[in-house]
Amino acid sequence: MNGASHKPVIIKSIFAAIVMFLFAIFVLPPLYDLFCEITGIGGKTSGPYQAERLTVDETRLVEVQFVVANNATMPWEFYPVKEKVFIHPGEPKEISYYAKNLTGKDMIGQAIPNILPNNAADYFHKTECFCFNNQPLSAGDDAELMVRFIIDPDLPKSVNTVTLSYTIFDITDRVTDLQMTQL
Amino acid sequence: MAHGPSENFFTRWFFSTNHKDIGTLYLWFSFAMFLLGGAFAMIIRAELFQPGMQLIKPEFFNQMTTMHGLVMVFGAIMPAFVGLANWLIPMMIGAPDMALPRMNNLSFWILPFAFTILVATLFMEGGGPNFGWTFYAPLSTTYAPDTVNYFIFGVHLMGASSIMGSINIIATVMNMRAPGMTYMKMPLFVWTWLITAFLLVAVMPVLAGAVTMMLMDINFGTSFFDAAGGGDPVLFQHVFWFFGHPEVYIIILPAFGVVSQIIPTFSRKPLFGYSSMVYATAAIAFLSFIVWAHHMFTVGMPIAGELYFMYATMLIAVPTGVKVFNWITTMYKGALTFETPMLFCIAFVILFTFGGFTGMMLSIAAADTQYHDTYFVVAHFHYVMVAGAVFSGTAAIYYWLPKWCGRMYDETMGKVQFWLAFIAFNITFMPQHFLGLAGMPRRYSDYGLQFADWNMVSSIGAFMYGGAQLLFLFNVIRTIGWGKPVEDPKVWEGADGLEWTLPTPPPFHTFSTPPVVK
Ligand code: HEM
Ligand SMILES: [Cu+2]
Repeated sequence: MNGASHKPVIIKSIFAAIVMFLFAIFVLPPLYDLFCEITGIGGKTSGPYQAERLTVDETRLVEVQFVVANNATMPWEFYPVKEKVFIHPGEPKEISYYAKNLTGKDMIGQAIPNILPNNAADYFHKTECFCFNNQPLSAGDDAELMVRFIIDPDLPKSVNTVTLSYTIFDITDRVTDLQMTQL
Repeated sequence: MAHGPSENFFTRWFFSTNHKDIGTLYLWFSFAMFLLGGAFAMIIRAELFQPGMQLIKPEFFNQMTTMHGLVMVFGAIMPAFVGLANWLIPMMIGAPDMALPRMNNLSFWILPFAFTILVATLFMEGGGPNFGWTFYAPLSTTYAPDTVNYFIFGVHLMGASSIMGSINIIATVMNMRAPGMTYMKMPLFVWTWLITAFLLVAVMPVLAGAVTMMLMDINFGTSFFDAAGGGDPVLFQHVFWFFGHPEVYIIILPAFGVVSQIIPTFSRKPLFGYSSMVYATAAIAFLSFIVWAHHMFTVGMPIAGELYFMYATMLIAVPTGVKVFNWITTMYKGALTFETPMLFCIAFVILFTFGGFTGMMLSIAAADTQYHDTYFVVAHFHYVMVAGAVFSGTAAIYYWLPKWCGRMYDETMGKVQFWLAFIAFNITFMPQHFLGLAGMPRRYSDYGLQFADWNMVSSIGAFMYGGAQLLFLFNVIRTIGWGKPVEDPKVWEGADGLEWTLPTPPPFHTFSTPPVVK
């Protein structure tokens, strides 16, 4: 057997290996996000909702709970001003959160929302949310952060309680790193 | 033409392109890693001998569990079977050598570097990897020690080595079979390795992709796995197990191959259901790609996902059951003798099947909610990986070593080692089922008092098992150095296959002119 005859096998195998590598990095993550978005199972909420005129369903009252968590060592004070509200599906609602930077340095936070139960995620529309952007707070500053949302009247009948949770992350280093590279 | 190996030690081993020498290198490397990983395990079991913290700090305990897993999977088991493939595949298919001898040299010599880097992290500031052999993000990214970059580089190197090794095996099997050696005449060991090599080419790059994404998250500000930047740590688990589940079959398929060679020899009957073995192997390989999330039943999958992964996982029991059935049927009414390799193979069939059954328990999504991350899982995978892969590897050495070096191992010592290993293995891991069912979580350096008794039993078993391996090492060295020359060049009268038609020990170059297979 001479070496030449092995070439097709080697080339095909290496090609397959490279394809699988690229698949892992460039296809799997977007595929995963897409899958979660379509099925709504990640509990991720979508971006700003273009307000449509929804008919308010007076016959239902949905309990919406607000919970927050600080990620790892995030030192801010962060809590919802109200812990829960009862609303009719289709009715716009504004709620707020309080955040205070307790440290002596300027920081940037980022709140990441999540909805439970999973099958409610597609029916929780945020028309405005502080979480669409990051939240810079100077040393010792505080702020009131707004969320406007509507519960879609198509919310599955089995869901009577929706929990909106925010985890707040410290992204100061990440943002400054990015700015450094952009300079 | 009949030149032997180089006289010079350095040129012979470092520049070797001979499949037998490289096979030997792989096997010794793997045994060294087996002892190193075993030493880590002894440290773990010594700490867990009693409740409370006695010997080491929790941080170091975490490094030990992580390194034990990594070294055993990637350093001991995988290279051991690549070593067997190197020695045996050319001799089994009537080829003069591997298809790509120089790449063969490279794929071996990468490994010592990869593992030196990995093990060296233990001595660096911050310590070695401490996030478990499954290195879930964010433990392995946001909270990782600084040495994680060495770990990533080490994994890249191991992956490259495995991929090169697999390409070599694929090219050898596809292009270098002797005239008349059709695919359906190939020994099962060759078949299982061919399929394993395809699995490796498909999933090692996915592992490389996973660590590359980690690397970018850690060093270049991306957020594949970081929720703060819009990523998702659960994605890591999907990517990892998309590699990880096929990986467990990469480990076990060549072991199936070994057992399928040895059982017929000592049953003095041809393997029962050869073609169903081939198809079952292919079916297992295929199924291994579509069941990965059975490791993730507790991440919060929707019910449809849980059910799908549960049933798909259970499906694997069908081809696996076919194999077990065939091994047992091969033995049925055979003229059985119980030499050491056969003992290890019979133990393999019994204990591996046991591990398969606990796998079936774990595959029940609802039950796994309780079993997950307990010692029950630890017991499960040690039944399939130690009593499966390691027992079959040991059987392979006892079976082929006399052929390779022309000297017989000490049968009594072999049997003593077998019974010691068999009993010690069960003392070590059987109680871990009880501990897991009683709720003892895995990967902790301490435990509640109610778990004390079985942990002590398990530790005693582990020390015995470690001792059995030293006996094995001694027996192998004794055989190579001072063993009695084998009388019958065929070694085992029931053996069948091209490798047994060669002189014993086989010359440095074999099948320079291909044999004709009828
Ligand atoms: C009938 C066959 C099998 C079934 C149904 C099965 C099922 C499972 C399931 C459901 C788990 C996840 C348990 C949990 O984390 O809660 C698991 C874990 C595991 N299995 Fe199996 N398994 C089988 C065979 C094997 C084989 C052949 C191997 C390797 C040789 C293996 C190696 C492992 C390993 C290493 C883990 C644990 C990984 C970790 O979390 O560290 N399994 N198995
Ligand atoms: Cu699995």
